[in-house]
Amino acid sequence: MTIAIRKLEKIYRVGVERVHALRGIDLTIRKNEFVAIMGASGSGKSTLMNILGCLDRPSKGSYELNGRQTHAMGAGALAQVRNEEIGFVFQSFELLSRQTALQNVMLPLLYSSKHAFKARRMAIRSLERVKLQDRMKHRPSQLSGGQRQRVAIARALVNEPSLLLADEPTGNLDSQTAEEIIGLFKELHADGQTIVIVTHEEDVAGHASRIIRLRDGRVLTDYPTNDDPVHREYLNAVAGMAHRAAEMTAAGEAAAAAAGGGSKP
Amino acid sequence: MIILRLLLQTVVLAISQIWANRFRAVLTTLGVIIGVAAIIAVVGAMTGAERFILSQFEKIGTRRVFIDGTLPESMRTRTTWREVQLNEREIHAIVENCPSIEKITPMFYGGYPIEYGKRKIDGVSVVGIWPDWHEIEGRSVILGRPFSSIDEQEKQLVCLINDQAITELDLPEDPTNERVLIGGRRFLIIGVVETIQLSGMFGGGDTSTEVFIPYGTARLLNPFGHINMAWGQLKSPDLATEVEGEVRFVLRNMRKQEPGDEDTFVVRVFQQFIDQFKSIAAALTAILGAIVGISLLVGGIGIMNIMLVSVSERTREIGLRKAVGARPVVILMQFLVESIVLCLMGAGIGWGIGQGLVLAIRVMPNSPLPEASVPAWAVMLSVGFSMFIGVVFGMFPAIKAARLDPIVALRHE
Repeated sequence: MTIAIRKLEKIYRVGVERVHALRGIDLTIRKNEFVAIMGASGSGKSTLMNILGCLDRPSKGSYELNGRQTHAMGAGALAQVRNEEIGFVFQSFELLSRQTALQNVMLPLLYSSKHAFKARRMAIRSLERVKLQDRMKHRPSQLSGGQRQRVAIARALVNEPSLLLADEPTGNLDSQTAEEIIGLFKELHADGQTIVIVTHEEDVAGHASRIIRLRDGRVLTDYPTNDDPVHREYLNAVAGMAHRAAEMTAAGEAAAAAAGGGSKP
Repeated sequence: MIILRLLLQTVVLAISQIWANRFRAVLTTLGVIIGVAAIIAVVGAMTGAERFILSQFEKIGTRRVFIDGTLPESMRTRTTWREVQLNEREIHAIVENCPSIEKITPMFYGGYPIEYGKRKIDGVSVVGIWPDWHEIEGRSVILGRPFSSIDEQEKQLVCLINDQAITELDLPEDPTNERVLIGGRRFLIIGVVETIQLSGMFGGGDTSTEVFIPYGTARLLNPFGHINMAWGQLKSPDLATEVEGEVRFVLRNMRKQEPGDEDTFVVRVFQQFIDQFKSIAAALTAILGAIVGISLLVGGIGIMNIMLVSVSERTREIGLRKAVGARPVVILMQFLVESIVLCLMGAGIGWGIGQGLVLAIRVMPNSPLPEASVPAWAVMLSVGFSMFIGVVFGMFPAIKAARLDPIVALRHE
């Protein structure tokens, strides 16, 4: 078991008002799952992701990550958990512009006591996993958007985290590059990586094996992707649209053929 | 190990960060640069001044001791100003009974008109001395001979003059065996002593004619005068406390002073003046240093300002570093190191400029301070103080960075 969340609540104080972002979430994510968390803005998905990533602490309830009770930890201990257990992938990559791809990938190891001597080797191996070994010495400004996100993924993987956490990883990419990145996630998943992806795009979520939908700080639905009614509907709609598009094309061609035939003497 | 590696990485990072904003960095550290340059220059000049003054003291001699009669307030009803002055008997007793004193001479000052040919100078200082004066004062006899004990015993009408007197009295180039009138009596010039040039602040000033005659002779010229003071010479410069005790024992016995009576004389060892001067010079240096240190403090505010800018510029970077596992203390260290490196860089440049200024003072023509130089402690102090400034003024921005919430920081635009 990788993640166990029990009765998780988060209350923010905005001025004098108290905002109940999470209102009791129970969740278990096992090793090697590929989970998508979805929800409209204000559903609490960002808050949940921050807590999953140990960037934030819950107000109530418990969060156990790989046997560590993180809800009771201080800032320093949480930093260590982030360093050892979690790899982050952000929507806007968050690479350090003055450093090379390799240096960027090595960054988490700088703050780790475990891998002092093999940091460079681990970073190179991580870049090989995202197929960027020939771009190691490039700075982010010399890389394309997809390449930048792959550097960011290599950075997230470098400390061999038990959880890869991605926040809208394709949000800043065109659809073809997005496909590539999603493909990369699926490969990592096939290699045994536990992945949690936060997104609002149905087709991105469709690549996950399980979809958790949030609304108003509670879990609305939690299904394997193939059983998720909303996703099925979405797929049907897409299929219907594709079908209709194909029909229209066929009809057009037929009409064109007929017109062509008619004109022939 | 991890700490060391992290520290090294942090220093490299700080330097690359500063290099990336090098123009800004130099402007920022200007306060520190000027502060350190000023400290180095001021201390360097002060060191030069101190060496100059001490070299003046050396001319007087570190073994010199002055013994002088004085009338303390509490003794005014019991004795008179005249009675407390040293007399010949006491001076003899001192040199015989005080083992720390090697030699002694009374100094019997008088002012007389001097005539040679048609030249006449009024009110020339004429000092009656014992032959031992030569060794105590250490002034060489350029022409003729020094006083002998026969001159003293026979109370001969002989005199020594300084070289200044030759020009002022229009004497021949070798004035020995010439005769001059001192207070209307004919004196034979037996020799010429060199003039010691002390600068004005040591009572030197424009040295003019000086005349020395045997003490016994001076006493004949002025039977009712009194000995102004006695000059002695110590066996070694570190006998300051011993000599005071010895002289007090001798004089208090001779003057039959009761226990509890205040001394009617003072003993001053020249080494004490030197020590006193050194402590005054040290205090002066410290005061000047402190004044200049204020500019370093002002420079520190510039450092703090730019570090605050740096923190807010790099908020996202801080957020990322925290997200991938940098603890708050590591972030704190990163910014603290950057501020310290900035200050040390300023200190380095300031040191160079200060050293250049001191060198310029030293080599410029007619330099008043040819011995100006920068002592190592001044460099260490100013560099150390700059580092301290870096820590103090870097602390607030660094704490600000360390406390940033990674979520907020990553959302920062």
